[in-house]
This record gives sequence, C-alpha cells and structure tokens, in this order.
Amino acid sequence: MALKDITLGQFFPGSSPIHRLDPRAKLIGLVLYIVALFLAGRWVSYLVVFLALALVVALSTVRLRALVRGMKPVLFLLAFTAVLNLFYTPGRPLVSFWIFTITDEGVVRSILMVARILMLISCTFLLTYTTSPLALTDGLESLLSPLKRVRLPVHELSMIMSIALRFVPTLIEETDKIMSAQRARGADFDSGGLVRKAKALIPLLVPLFISAFRRADELATAMECRCYHGGEGRTRLHQLRFGPGDGLFMAAALSLAVGVGVLAHFGW
Amino acid sequence: MPPILETRQLHHLYSAGTPFAHAALRGVDFAAQAGEYLAIIGRTGSGKSTLIQHLNGLLKPTSGQVLFDGEDIWESKQRTRAVRFQVGLVFQYPEYQLFEETVYRDIAFGPKNMGLDEGEVDRRVRQAARFVGLDEPVLDKSPFDLSGGQKRRVAIAGVIAMEPQVLILDEPTAGLDPAGSAQILDNIRTYHREKGATVILVSHSMEEVAREAGRLVVISQGCIPFSGPPAQVFARGEQLEALGLGVPAMTRVFARLRAMGLDVPAGVYTVAQARDAVLAVLARKEGSPWP
Repeated sequence: MALKDITLGQFFPGSSPIHRLDPRAKLIGLVLYIVALFLAGRWVSYLVVFLALALVVALSTVRLRALVRGMKPVLFLLAFTAVLNLFYTPGRPLVSFWIFTITDEGVVRSILMVARILMLISCTFLLTYTTSPLALTDGLESLLSPLKRVRLPVHELSMIMSIALRFVPTLIEETDKIMSAQRARGADFDSGGLVRKAKALIPLLVPLFISAFRRADELATAMECRCYHGGEGRTRLHQLRFGPGDGLFMAAALSLAVGVGVLAHFGW
Repeated sequence: MPPILETRQLHHLYSAGTPFAHAALRGVDFAAQAGEYLAIIGRTGSGKSTLIQHLNGLLKPTSGQVLFDGEDIWESKQRTRAVRFQVGLVFQYPEYQLFEETVYRDIAFGPKNMGLDEGEVDRRVRQAARFVGLDEPVLDKSPFDLSGGQKRRVAIAGVIAMEPQVLILDEPTAGLDPAGSAQILDNIRTYHREKGATVILVSHSMEEVAREAGRLVVISQGCIPFSGPPAQVFARGEQLEALGLGVPAMTRVFARLRAMGLDVPAGVYTVAQARDAVLAVLARKEGSPWP
C-alpha cells in the first residue's frame, strides 16, 4: 500500500449539498449526530441513526469504497469490541463451551456496538471527506471564539491546526520520497520483527524530522515577511455565512438527537 | 546484444480508483544498452520520474513489464530486491536522505544492506568517496556539517558504493552552482568510464545532456515521441519546442545562421562543434586568416 492511499482526514473535492454546507453547521451536526449515536438504545433507534447517515452519505456523493477503506485501520478495534461484548454480557446462554458462554444479549450487544463504532467512524470521515481542511479549521475557530474571553488563544490554536493539516500531505509525500530513496539503497521496511522494523525506521525518521524543522523555519520566515502578527484585527478572505440549508441541516440533526433520545427512553 | 534494461508497454496509473486517478505512463517502450550514457529529457510532469522509479522496481507497473538482463524484475521478491542493487537510483535532491552520524556510515548504508562483509564495505565506501572527490577526513564528519554540494556528493557516493551496473540520476545538478554542477557531472563520467556502467541522466538542461549523453530519450505526457543521438534529436528543434523543451543555445544559433543562408551543418549542439563548424566555413572562404 502506498502512503498516498491513506485516507485519514483526506478531502474529496465536490459540490454536493453536503460539501456546500457551512463547516460550522457540519461540525454542530456531527456533534449532535454523535450524541444521537450514543443515546441510541435498541434496534429501532439504531435503524433511525443508520438511515440518517445513509441519507447524508447519499447526498454527499462520497463513494462507499472510500468510506470502507477508512475502516481498515480500526478492524482490530472492531473485532476486539465484538469479542468482548460477545463473551462478557450476562443474559440467557445460547452456546457454552469451556469457560466461554455466549448469551442472546451478548450477540445483540456486540452487533449494536460494532454498528455504533462503524457509524461513528463513518460520520467523522464524512466530515473530513466533504470539508476542506481550511474550511474545517475556520469553522472550528469561529465556533470556539467565545473561549477567547477566557484567554484561550483560539486563533493561534486554529492557525497551528491549519498549518499542521496543510503539511500532512506534504509530509506524506516527503515520507514516500525518502522511503523510496532508502529502498533504492536496499532498506527494507516491511520484513523482520518489531525491533528490526523499528530500527529500519531510523533512515526514514531522521531525514523526515530534519526536513520538517527546515520547513517550519522557512514557513516562519515567510509568514514574518508577510507581516503575520497573530489574530488581532485580521480579516478573512472567505467569510463564513449561515444559509437556509445550514439551518435546516442543524435542525434535522437536533431533531434526530432528540428523537433518538425519546425512542431510547421508551426502550426502542 | 539484448538491452540491459528494458520496459515493454509500461503503463502506470497513480491513485487508481479515486477522483485523483492520473495516468503517468501510457505504454512506454524504453531500452538502455549496457555501457551507454543516455539522458531522459522531458518537462515537469512528463512522467520521467515515474519511469525511472519503475526501472529499479520502486514502483510496480499498472500493466506492462520491466526487464533487467532480459528477465522480469517482478518475478519474485528476491529478484526485485536484487535488482535494486544492480540499478542504482539517485533521487532529486538526494542530500535530504542523509541520516547517519558520519559520512562514512551513510555511504556504507547501501553496501551493508547488500550483506557484504566489513572489508568489502570499507573498500567500496572509500572507492565511492574517491569517485565523487571526497577526501578521507570528510568521511568522519557529520553529513549535516557539509556544504550543499558536498552533501549531494555524499548522497551520490551512497548509491555508487553499491557498484550498480546501471546508475540513474534524477536531476543531479539541480540547485548547484556551475562549478558544483561541472564537478558532479565529471564524477558521473568517471564512474561511467571506469566501471563501464550504464548511466541514465534525467535532466531538463539541454546544454547538460547535449554535452554528456550519447543518446537522448524524449518523454512527453507519458510517452516517448522520439529518441536518438543528440545531433538527431536537436535537429528536430521545432518539435522539441512544441513539447515544451528547448534546444541548446548553439543549436539555436546555428538554426538562425542556416536560416540566414549560411552553409553550416544542422546537428551542432556544443560550443566545440560550433567552433569547428565556424572554422570550417571560414577556411572555405578565400583570403581567410584562418588555416
């Protein structure tokens, strides 16, 4: 697998209704959705949150393949959760062997837990797939700006985040390049035990760190040359504005959270 | 004799299956003969870097074959790895890959990975250092204390120390001053001559490839439109310019002279050839002060 294929936090440009939403609306929607996800009790409420997710995925035109690929890194966590819930939930025993017992409740719980984690990951991926990193940090900065009153350096934090996000693809590309270069000299990053693999990373990490520091230096100089002095009095090229669609989206997310809460309250 | 390195109908697609999918190579048939010095020229994004990364198995073809000594380099995992030692690849700005504490150890990285014994590694490191003109005292220094040009020479020595049969260099003189460039090209020529190795130089400096290479391979939009000796390739100046490439200054001057009706040869591309051509014209003129 080439490093380029890593999808974590990657943005797929597009012009779907979801892409066009205000990043703040999407962030708030995401939080409300996660609340709904954790309130969900049994099958009915799970079905509702699933349908809501399916609707947003359909609207976003993000391909299912891309979403599924994002799941790969958490497969282990999923399996772990499923097994743990399967064996350690008290209830009416279905199968029993040696010290393990599988109960009916255990089966239900592990299915629902896995579904919950899958949906949790999908919805966060959906946000990063449909929102450019810059829009995302702009949205975060705007949402967090009330915290400026308690002297939290919101602008600086969001600038750090934008820069970090901005340099993720650059660093990935750089890693790819250095890896290729060391492979060309016979470095082997894939085989051997854990210790050997860790040692094999030295020829990769040293040049990577050096170049990251060099870039940071250059960027700082470049920013200073353009008179950057922090957030005070800074205006924006792209002003964030809520539209009717954003209101609708957030209202839908809120009613989802409330609705699922009610459903769960009645044991559905 | 079969070519030492060959590609057959090589295709490469980046990010296949995503909105960013992009065909970098479309059916490239490329061949390098043992012992030749050839240059690949093409503008940025033409696919030249993608092509050379296929030549030592760093990239796997989407379809098509890469043959080294007539055999597919993807036949087995061992073969791919073995080919990497036979086909040395020096990346662009190779000084950014230096990582060891001393120059010596950095140059020794490749030979050590080959599993050579201590004595052989030592011999190769010292020889490679000599090839690129690094003095003994430099070997014990940290590579990060060296100048840019020296760092690059250390990085090139790191590949030369594997004593590859084919040496591929991607823009080895990028960002160096003229003296530094000349020195590196000189080092490469020495390696080519003394080891009888095949050298593939990737460059977009027409003057450079005109001076160094015996054959030019033009690459554009993932295809090879034409290749041949420099005189032949540069004679197609208009086509080169249409592909976004130039011709050496001398070729341009002589094209203009011919356009002005002077009887000078078309395939002139170095200053030395230009001098000879001009002298020949003058000698033909009566009353010339030249012999």
